[in-house]
Amino acid sequence: MAAQGTIRERARDIVEEFGLFDDWMGKYEYLIEIGQGLPPLDPLYKTEAYRIHGCQAQVWVRPEMKNGLVFYEGDSDALITKGLVALLIRVLSGQPPQDVVETSLEFLDEIGMQDHLSATRRNGLASMVRQLKRFAQVHSNKT
Amino acid sequence: MHATGAIQDIPGKFDPAQVRDQFPALRREVYGKPLVYLDNAASSQKPQAVIDRLIRYYSSEHSNVHRGVHFLSREATDAYEAARKRAADFLHAPSESAVLYTRGATEGINLVASSFGPLHVGQGDVVLVSHMEHHSNIVPWQMLCEAQGARVRAIPVSDTGEIIYEEFERLLGERVRLLAIGHVSNALGTINPLQSMIRQAHELGIPVVVDGAQAAPHMKIDVQALDCDFYALSSHKMFGPTGVGILYAKPEHLKAMGPWQGGGDMIETVTFEQTTYNEPPHKFEAGTPNIADVLAFAEAIDFLEGIGQDRIAAYERDLLDYATERLLQIEGVRLVGTATEKASVLSFLIGDIHPYDAGTILDRLGIAVRTGHHCAQPLMRRFGIPGTVRASFALYNTFDEADALAAGVRRVREMLG
Ligand SMILES: Cc1ncc(COP(=O)(O)O)c(C=O)c1O
Repeated sequence: MAAQGTIRERARDIVEEFGLFDDWMGKYEYLIEIGQGLPPLDPLYKTEAYRIHGCQAQVWVRPEMKNGLVFYEGDSDALITKGLVALLIRVLSGQPPQDVVETSLEFLDEIGMQDHLSATRRNGLASMVRQLKRFAQVHSNKT
Repeated sequence: MHATGAIQDIPGKFDPAQVRDQFPALRREVYGKPLVYLDNAASSQKPQAVIDRLIRYYSSEHSNVHRGVHFLSREATDAYEAARKRAADFLHAPSESAVLYTRGATEGINLVASSFGPLHVGQGDVVLVSHMEHHSNIVPWQMLCEAQGARVRAIPVSDTGEIIYEEFERLLGERVRLLAIGHVSNALGTINPLQSMIRQAHELGIPVVVDGAQAAPHMKIDVQALDCDFYALSSHKMFGPTGVGILYAKPEHLKAMGPWQGGGDMIETVTFEQTTYNEPPHKFEAGTPNIADVLAFAEAIDFLEGIGQDRIAAYERDLLDYATERLLQIEGVRLVGTATEKASVLSFLIGDIHPYDAGTILDRLGIAVRTGHHCAQPLMRRFGIPGTVRASFALYNTFDEADALAAGVRRVREMLG
């Protein structure tokens, strides 16, 4: 599952893939497909402890440190949100924590999904990124 | 396509084409598509007359009210109090002094809970609400009950989204000291049978607070015919500005109630030993009020009455029926809220599709709907769903827009179903 490459490289691949679609419908259909391909989070972890609080869709994310790298698993009950979760995991999982802390995730801009990240978009994604970074932050201080 | 022209042919019937071009926001495009604005239960768009009133006031009429001897202040005060008269007539209130300006329905309900609540609700008492209330008609009562050692109980709602009347009657007998009930449910569109509920509550001496936020844009309201004790509404849901609302209160209650907030305007004389209060409604309006928005709100009332609420209600009923029929033709669509008496709200689910996903796709198609729990979490829990997609109509929505919604829902199904 662990993808290769730095955050920047993986993000570039995603931007390239999305570039194949020239309308929003195609992009969203692809995003939904990516979400459907995300391995479901073990229901064991779909608990309050791993829940990200956004208003509408439920989002869970479980971080883990392995060999000095951060790994993330996640899930959502809404498909578009799940697609976005899958993108974030694809880019950030398996990276050095310091890199996660410093990343700006502008690739979401380039693929036309930036508004999903705004805090006013109540899908929990903005708080999810905050949470991912917070976990990475804690562990980057330790290493 | 369904032409709205057919409606115009019948004299007296309302046609949205007559007013649409008065709403500049309706000319907008989003994502390169014409905006189909179906989020009116959250807030409606504003006609040019309302916008112009704000500009005119700030351009040439602005001054503080109730204070100055000078020309502008008197002019502003007169306009401000004339607007109160408009609002009183709109609700058919017996006098202007029964009409308080608030920030909106939420503030109106909170005012009643704070100033009237403790006079009626004590230890062990019950405030009765319904299961379909908006959070703003639940939480203020919980806060009151917490302070008073009382509790909130909810009238259950049937599968169609209607109050279970026998349960209401049964609950009324259980130490209820106050009934707080929505006129129209924002999540389901259900119109509650207020007339008989209020009568029965009064037979037991129980005062009734009505949350009218969702009724005011859609139907004629007569607080004296209803005989409610309080009626709260928000201007922004009825084509007026944000930040202003009305609380109607029976004059005898206003006399008994203590002031809400202290400050300028609400006093008669102030000494460090003792302050005496102004008469209602001013007793409940501390500080410099929202003058501009009050004046523009009066324009919104003129706009509504200019069309006539009965014509609006008749048109919206046809539109709702049509949109309901169009949506139900789509496989997998399930309505949430199928009451016999409904106003302008279509809450629905599309198969197993998450409302958030549906709303996101509809948004990209230029269709503005609301998704989620609609500030009615207990109600969503009652139906065992996380939320719904809600299309809510206003008088300017067309049959074509109902078609656009149906086409959008079909598209959502293709993409996500
Ligand atoms: C039924 C109902 N009550 C109360 C409110 C609160 O109105 P406001 O936020 O304008 O105070 C709303 C608004 O959504 C509503 O729909």
